[in-house]
Amino acid sequence: MHGLLSSNNQITPNTKTELDMQLTNRSKVVVKHDLNWLEKLYLPAIFSGLAITIKHLFKKSATVRYPEEKREIASVYRGQHVLKRDDKGRENCTACGLCAVACPAEAISIEAAERKKGEENLYREEKYAAKYEINMLRCIYCGLCEDACPKDAIYLSDRIVPTAFSRGNFIYGKDILVEGIDASGRVDVSKRKKNYEMEGSPKQPLLNK
Amino acid sequence: MDWALLLDKTILIVIIFAVSLGIAAYSTYGERKIAAFLQDRIGPDRAGPFGLLQPIADGIKMFTKEEIIPTASDKFLFIIGPCIFMMTALMSSAIIPWGKSFNFGGHEFSLQVADLNVGLLYLFAVVSIGGYGIMIGGWASNNKFALLGALRAASQMISYELAMGMSIVALLLINNSLSLREIVDGQAGDGNVWNVVRQPIGFLIFLICAFAECNRAPFDLPESESELIGGYHTEFSSMKLGLFLFAEYVNMFISSAIIASLYFGGYHFPGIDSLDLPQNIAAIVSIAVLFAKILFFIFFFMWVRWTLPRFRYDQLMNLGWKILIPLSIVNVLVTGAWITFFK
Repeated sequence: MHGLLSSNNQITPNTKTELDMQLTNRSKVVVKHDLNWLEKLYLPAIFSGLAITIKHLFKKSATVRYPEEKREIASVYRGQHVLKRDDKGRENCTACGLCAVACPAEAISIEAAERKKGEENLYREEKYAAKYEINMLRCIYCGLCEDACPKDAIYLSDRIVPTAFSRGNFIYGKDILVEGIDASGRVDVSKRKKNYEMEGSPKQPLLNK
Repeated sequence: MDWALLLDKTILIVIIFAVSLGIAAYSTYGERKIAAFLQDRIGPDRAGPFGLLQPIADGIKMFTKEEIIPTASDKFLFIIGPCIFMMTALMSSAIIPWGKSFNFGGHEFSLQVADLNVGLLYLFAVVSIGGYGIMIGGWASNNKFALLGALRAASQMISYELAMGMSIVALLLINNSLSLREIVDGQAGDGNVWNVVRQPIGFLIFLICAFAECNRAPFDLPESESELIGGYHTEFSSMKLGLFLFAEYVNMFISSAIIASLYFGGYHFPGIDSLDLPQNIAAIVSIAVLFAKILFFIFFFMWVRWTLPRFRYDQLMNLGWKILIPLSIVNVLVTGAWITFFK
């Protein structure tokens, strides 16, 4: 690199130091030159290549055998969505539609309905989502719906969306999205909630920062 | 007609046939596994323990796939092409001595189908016919990619057979015989060393040419899936494609056996005679030794395939005509001079 740069008068000392900054010491300057007779034989190069590949024979493979083996994911991983219930098992969602508006991929569609008498144990607010669908193929898992939600209703969880055989099967309705009422059905999103709590309460979107 | 001889040979042919096909089948598995390991992957591991049933699954798949014969093709030649390729690949195993003779109660059971005194010439003849399988198959497809692949295969095989032949000539000068049994036995015993020591340049030339003859990387230009789709077998489907792919592995197995026999002492290893084993045990040991060498060379074929990129066509021709042929001629001259003046 020094040889190349010193021959070039256009480069000022300042830019030179910038270019000299290296992240690793593995980079190697390759200069094109005529091959000498040993290099023309190609055999030394072939043997060094064979040596490199044989070394990989004894290296640990990077494969994760997926369905049996799951790779470790970050604690704040943004995976399949969950619609939360409150402590009494009532759905938090009030079908305000802010998540659908915030969604850059337009993956969310909501139909609202009014809570009837006697449904107070099902829905927390007077209005609720009769239909709540997320198209998992459109979703880009950005988490903006979570930021937009004023009711603590939607979160991205650390579950990976499973595969399916048809596109229709990727449109998740409330039957899949809403978490269960009993303790075993609840989805833990405390790790993702922490993200917001650090910024101060009540929930404040990180995006505006 | 000696019925015992006929029975012996029939049994041996059936065994060799089965072993060749079995090894070829598991070479496909080995290739995928070795490719995976060299690339830090695992490779097929779903069918059976460690994926060991994969070749069987592949075979079933090949047999049950739809058979397509292009309407514009020459149907007779289209079918006969892969058959010729497969047949010649299997035929060349006839002259290989697979081990020392067994002795069952005074009855000698030779482990060589035919000990031809022109063994190597027969081998060259059969290998040359193998080229026709590819040429006929590619031409009969009536497809430009197949035709290009066939043309490449033909010119490549002709170019590299010359250098291969010359490297064999140097070997003949030393061993004074064309029979493979005699060449193998000439590498064992007192004062004899493996031919690779006596003919290092010849071995290198033979090895490179063997790669080219088998259409293996870095000389897989006839197939070259990245430029010619599938080369000569573009139009083939079902088991006809299977025959082409399979024959490549049979060829690789036979080439490894021939390299081991010609240059690495065949079924001998240094000191095998001093062990003083009973004849039948010695025969089994000799088979094991030969197969160890063969498996190493099959591994070597794969190892090289997953290391080197493919040659460009002009580089292939330059290497064949401008380097290997002159080098092999010089090798013959030097060997001849050495024998004339120092022996």
